[in-house]
Amino acid sequence: MSILAIIFILTGVFFFTTATIGLLRFPDFYCRMQATGKGDTLGALLSLTGLALYNLHHGFSLPTILVSIKIMFIAIFIFVANPTSTHAITKSGLDCGVEPFTKEEVIR
Amino acid sequence: MENFFLAIGLILGFLVLLCLYRGIFGPTVLDRIISISVIGTKTTIILALMGFIYGRMDMFVDISIAYALLNFIATLAAAKFFRTRKSIIPGAKYFKEREVK
Amino acid sequence: MRYIITFLLLFLNWVIWSGMLDAFHLSLGVISCILVTYMTHDILFKREKFSSKHIVEVIRFIKYIPWLLYQIFLSNIHVASLVLNPKMPIKPELIRFKTKLKKDISLTTFANSITLTPGTITADIIEGEFYVHALSKKVADDLLAGEMENRVAHIFMED
Repeated sequence: MSILAIIFILTGVFFFTTATIGLLRFPDFYCRMQATGKGDTLGALLSLTGLALYNLHHGFSLPTILVSIKIMFIAIFIFVANPTSTHAITKSGLDCGVEPFTKEEVIR
Repeated sequence: MENFFLAIGLILGFLVLLCLYRGIFGPTVLDRIISISVIGTKTTIILALMGFIYGRMDMFVDISIAYALLNFIATLAAAKFFRTRKSIIPGAKYFKEREVK
Repeated sequence: MRYIITFLLLFLNWVIWSGMLDAFHLSLGVISCILVTYMTHDILFKREKFSSKHIVEVIRFIKYIPWLLYQIFLSNIHVASLVLNPKMPIKPELIRFKTKLKKDISLTTFANSITLTPGTITADIIEGEFYVHALSKKVADDLLAGEMENRVAHIFMED
């Protein structure tokens, strides 16, 4: 159980790292949103799943199961809330008039 | 196992410092908002890790979800507040084109 | 009916988050859940009749989640390969397309799914038109092929 948890947490940290490097490297605002909106969601989901699994390794009693359910609630909340805040920031960027990196709007 | 959690926490803290670069030197206000939102997500994980390190997970999980909720609401409020401030970007051509349609 | 379902959901949350099962805390929970249900009963469910359609929708939505998780994993691999590539081969563009979805919940699901799948994020929805930022032409074409839209339409019975 704890080896599985370690694998989950390390994968999550890897995606966090790519999100951060993307935040630093991408050329404009919208591309930075791409990196953070995806990498953070999956990183948080995997890390919290790993922590919830590790929490169960002492044995299945009522308090540990409750704590694991709470950790999974945090994961689900981040899973719903992170794309929503990504939309909000992107929409305000579009309304403010941040110029995209290459400015071609293709209408199809 | 606690040393592993400590190492993960240190890595995440280092990543927070890297994000803070974008938060301080970001060209626009919106880049700073993104960086704060990313830091908030990482802080949620760091709080959960702290709960395991101290062995008080039942207490730290509540702090963690409170931080996640506050981070979400703060991001939404900041994005809403700066939504129509055209003055934060000089020469906002794109806005006018879109308004005409 | 609306009242009862909202109350049950709230009370389940209360029990999970408080974790104490003695009579004092449970009665506090019942009182506060009744108050919150009275104030917010029309937010969670709109004024419509309950029928077997809703149960089918929930089941289909649960079936949709594994596919979405797989897509999220693919998208993260995509972003990671872009970020770690020293040349960074991106060619961003902003596309605009009409959708056939109408209900609020299906629009929300579709927008969040677009954000979580490879290389695209939703920027805005104005009168049934999506503004989507795509990292390259290929992912934009994948989105416009409309597989995900059909799946979402199938969940909420709009096809």
